[in-house]
Amino acid sequence: MSHIHRTNWELIKNGVFSENTIFRMAISLCPSIAVTNNLKNGFMMGISVLFVQVMVNITVSLIRNFINPKIRIPIFMLIIAGWVSIIDMTMAAFARTIYKDISLYIQLIVAFASIFARAEVFASKNKLVPSLMDGIGMGTGFFLAMIVISFFRELLGKGTLWGLPIVAGKPLLIMILPAGGFFAVGILMGFFNWIDIRFYGGKGASGA
Amino acid sequence: MVEKKEHELIVSVSPHIKGEESVSRIMWSVNLALLPAFLMSLYYFGPRALLVTLLCIGAAVASEYIIQKSLKKDVTVSDGSAFLTGLLLGMNLPPGVPFYIPIVGSVVAIVITKQLFGGLGYNIFNPALIGRAFLLISWPKAMTIWSESTAAFVGLDAKTTATPLGILKEEGLGKLIEMFGDKINLYTQLFVGNRAGSLGETSVIALLLGAAYLLYRGYITWHIPLSFLATVGVLAWIFGGKSGLFTGDPLIHLLSGGLMLGAFFMATDYVTCPTVRKGQIIFGIGCGAITILIRLKGGFPEGVMFAILLMNCFAPMIDRSVKTKQFGAIKETKK
Repeated sequence: MSHIHRTNWELIKNGVFSENTIFRMAISLCPSIAVTNNLKNGFMMGISVLFVQVMVNITVSLIRNFINPKIRIPIFMLIIAGWVSIIDMTMAAFARTIYKDISLYIQLIVAFASIFARAEVFASKNKLVPSLMDGIGMGTGFFLAMIVISFFRELLGKGTLWGLPIVAGKPLLIMILPAGGFFAVGILMGFFNWIDIRFYGGKGASGA
Repeated sequence: MVEKKEHELIVSVSPHIKGEESVSRIMWSVNLALLPAFLMSLYYFGPRALLVTLLCIGAAVASEYIIQKSLKKDVTVSDGSAFLTGLLLGMNLPPGVPFYIPIVGSVVAIVITKQLFGGLGYNIFNPALIGRAFLLISWPKAMTIWSESTAAFVGLDAKTTATPLGILKEEGLGKLIEMFGDKINLYTQLFVGNRAGSLGETSVIALLLGAAYLLYRGYITWHIPLSFLATVGVLAWIFGGKSGLFTGDPLIHLLSGGLMLGAFFMATDYVTCPTVRKGQIIFGIGCGAITILIRLKGGFPEGVMFAILLMNCFAPMIDRSVKTKQFGAIKETKK
């Protein structure tokens, strides 16, 4: 991956479309089901991951020449845990109601496959700017996926969006239950695969 | 289309004797076996029952046709499996449901549970039951409004009431006997099907009639239904009583709820039950145990649906664990 030279724009598109964390790589699915039953939680979760992804990529890229390859895994772990603690404490201080709902999953970002994978395969081998762009792309991909999933789940399950009533009653209660989360992720994944095959010949939306 | 394919694919050693059985023949036979129960539902719940069932069947067949067309598969609507899914789903719904419910249920059953998993023969779960579970979880209120069984076409508005199992759970056996007069009358009415409940589940005698036909034709075997019913009976007898162990009333548990419909027509679904006989008995016992667990301790009055769905997950594992040994195989010795 690192040996192909890509422009910054291509790196972002790669993260958002062709290597989208949830819909294409199918990793970090745990929060995509656990916290997406309303838009607000999904949004905050997405923002947190975006922040951590970008900051970890920057940090790892900056110190990549000083890390002994033999102990790189624990080093990455420490970096990720550090940034997660920062977002965790910030949220605990300034967004208390949401924090009550999703604090467990915020702390779980430490163990996210997607963040770790980008640090390992990209940031530790690339310069600052490409790593930053990769982080933005990957984080945005995750963020958009969370928004799309939680949009449909809250709208269908509760008939509200961001807590505001849109549809009267509860049109499809199952969507805010865990089973509905699997339905939503599965159907959206299928939908994006279909778009990919139908319009891009199965090569990924960025054409890479 | 189906017929032609079967002829093309015959590869076998002699003697080349071919039975008349085929997927569509079996499916239509099961549909036929459900006819008595369907007629009883018309008798007790009136034209509304016909409408709900027809909506289910229509939506199931239509969505099978559309999804197979759009996925560019062979259209196998005529094999009767979608028809059967629709019919079974219809029989599992309360009579008074609003009309979008049968349609959504059929679409979920056919599109998500059956076709997205690869079509007939590849589904992990019983499509009709997933359809019903989806509906029950999405619209818990509309799915639990039971109307009283009024002898059909009287023209009266049906009153709503609780099912016998609901009454048993909330108010106990005494209240139930009080409602029906005496115990014998209670059993008779349950046996004939004069009670509140889902459309096709109420009439035990009609369901047994259909089941007898299927058993006679050899389309289902006794293993799953018998072990299922026996487990429910025994566990209801042991744990069902209020005054201690071994004081429960097994008959009331056997005759009420969706047990007969589930045990004979849904747990025996070829695709989603184990194929080995020994495994089928384990499957039936598991279904029975979960049913009683939900009925006696769970939040719902009825647990047949969830019991069968849960055991569906275990079917492949059960099959693997009871695999018969090859003749002459030697047990591997540990070194």
